[in-house]
Amino acid sequence: MRNIFVLVGKELRLYFISPIAYVVAMVFLAVSDFLFYNQIRFYSGLSMQMMQMQGNMPELNIHESVFRPSLMNMSIILILIMPLLTMRLFAEEKKGRTNELLMTSPITITEIVLGKFIAVMVVYLLLLVLSLHLPFVLSVAVPISWSPLFASYLGLFLMGGVFLSMGLFASALTDNQIIAAVISFGILIGLWMVSPSGHNAGDSAFKEVAGYLSLMSHLDGFVKGLISTRGVTYFISMTCLGLFMTHRVVESDRWK
Amino acid sequence: MISVNQLGKRYGDIVAIDDVSFTLSKGEVLAFLGPNGAGKTTTMRILTCFMPATSGTASVAGFDVFEDAMEVKRRIGYLPETPPLYPEMTVSEYLIFVAKLKGLPRRDQPSGLKNALEKCGLGDVSGRMIGNLSKGFRQRVGLAQALIHNPEVLILDEPTVGLDPRQIIEIRELIKSLGGEHTIILSTHILPEATAVCQKVVIISGGRIVAVDSQEGLSSRIRKSEKISLHLRKFDELTIKKILAISGVMAVNDQVNSKENESYGRFIVESELGIDVRERLAQTVVESGWGLLEMKPLTISLEDVFLKLTTEEKPVDNH
Ligand SMILES: Nc1ncnc2c1ncn2[C@@H]1O[C@H](COP(=O)(O)OP(=O)(O)OP(=O)(O)O)[C@@H](O)[C@H]1O
Ligand SMILES: [Mg+2]
Repeated sequence: MRNIFVLVGKELRLYFISPIAYVVAMVFLAVSDFLFYNQIRFYSGLSMQMMQMQGNMPELNIHESVFRPSLMNMSIILILIMPLLTMRLFAEEKKGRTNELLMTSPITITEIVLGKFIAVMVVYLLLLVLSLHLPFVLSVAVPISWSPLFASYLGLFLMGGVFLSMGLFASALTDNQIIAAVISFGILIGLWMVSPSGHNAGDSAFKEVAGYLSLMSHLDGFVKGLISTRGVTYFISMTCLGLFMTHRVVESDRWK
Repeated sequence: MISVNQLGKRYGDIVAIDDVSFTLSKGEVLAFLGPNGAGKTTTMRILTCFMPATSGTASVAGFDVFEDAMEVKRRIGYLPETPPLYPEMTVSEYLIFVAKLKGLPRRDQPSGLKNALEKCGLGDVSGRMIGNLSKGFRQRVGLAQALIHNPEVLILDEPTVGLDPRQIIEIRELIKSLGGEHTIILSTHILPEATAVCQKVVIISGGRIVAVDSQEGLSSRIRKSEKISLHLRKFDELTIKKILAISGVMAVNDQVNSKENESYGRFIVESELGIDVRERLAQTVVESGWGLLEMKPLTISLEDVFLKLTTEEKPVDNH
């Protein structure tokens, strides 16, 4: 346990020394603010129209019409930027030969993998917390229902776990950070594309499986405001799969 | 303290080391001497549990490197071929991280840091970023990293590479002073380094051990004199005296036949380094009518031994 936190501390230190975390955070916040702003404009245009038609303030659901679409957009930005956070985790250690220090220290591979994963999850959590400025600013003007928003953020957080564990796995495969980023990008796009509606094969069993594997349909459940055990189980087991594969790769590196 | 038994390692088809065995007692310093690609790094990586061997066994402090890797890792300080440094960290920050990673208790960390900085001459740069240090200083940080938790066993892969001559001497002195308390294995291409700091030298080439020698064996091989073996048919009481009279000759040893306990005409003539006395010697022998049967120089330096041993064995594969 103590070992894990030694490693978490070191990884966080390296994240905050290097510019990459800041660049990623800035791009993420700028793009999600922009998308959010667009959504608000669209929403206010819509309310204006309805006000003119009906002559009174409409009961438009702000969560459904503003947050749900912008958070789904945000998840796509995450696919694009998360690999940039994970790419260095193992690749950099291999390139700089510091893996020789880690692997000859009294720390298990499980501890190394978990330490790195927890560190990048902390960085991600900070990103999510920063992105909360949008609803806070909006809440000054409009009443906001916080509980579906909480469910949405929980969904984003859990989905981030999947993205980051897959990225960690990709990073363990190579000593080249660019290649690591490209591989994890590929995995994330793959996960994103699996969807029950994407295939019009009439096979209902196939639809069922695709529906269960689809990242986006699970996320959509959370963003609607529903916290389901099915969704939580899905995200957590995918994360564990990523971590397990990472462990296997790091272990098998020793035998080469 | 360290025992290595018929260790072998293959990378696919490449045999990196084959049938490597040696032992090392507590407090001894052993040098691994060999040309590029000999298998020094490979052996060290197996001993430090970085990777498993293909065959054979090795144990450190009584723990098997494969079965009890954690126990072994706790007891070893390792300086890999490339120092494992994080360029973005400062020297102290990095050393404290390593101390924590090695499980040094928090209360011992400040003294461990101070010690390591002092021993490796890093006091002035402790706040500098590692990436901005010169190569020699980075090598020293690597060394400090291996020492920080005061491990029983130190494994140093080419510890003096990249240092300036004064530093090399300082680091050798440091390693020497660490011996006794710590058990040390270091690898090097440089002979004087091996003889300067180590009690034991293992010469390895093409993945096989070609010679194991002690400090005494080594120093006698590189004694600072020329030796000539002389075989005479006849000799008398004056022989030794006459030979000693030749300028440059330091000593003459009569090789006594152990059975009859009497001379049979074989002498070892020792002369000062760089002075060739063979001509004068031959002249004296002929003039005295002793009958010269054989005269040949004996000295071979350790360099010769090294080159001979490492080249005579099938030419080194350049994979
Ligand atoms: N990862 C690897 N994959 C394949 N072959 C390797 C690998 N590492 C080492 N070798 C081979 O194993 C042999 C021994 O290498 P090793 O690095 O142990 O030599 P060394 O004695 O440390 O050499 P040097 O003095 O150059 O450091 C070499 O032939 C090398 O090519
Ligand atoms: Mg080497």
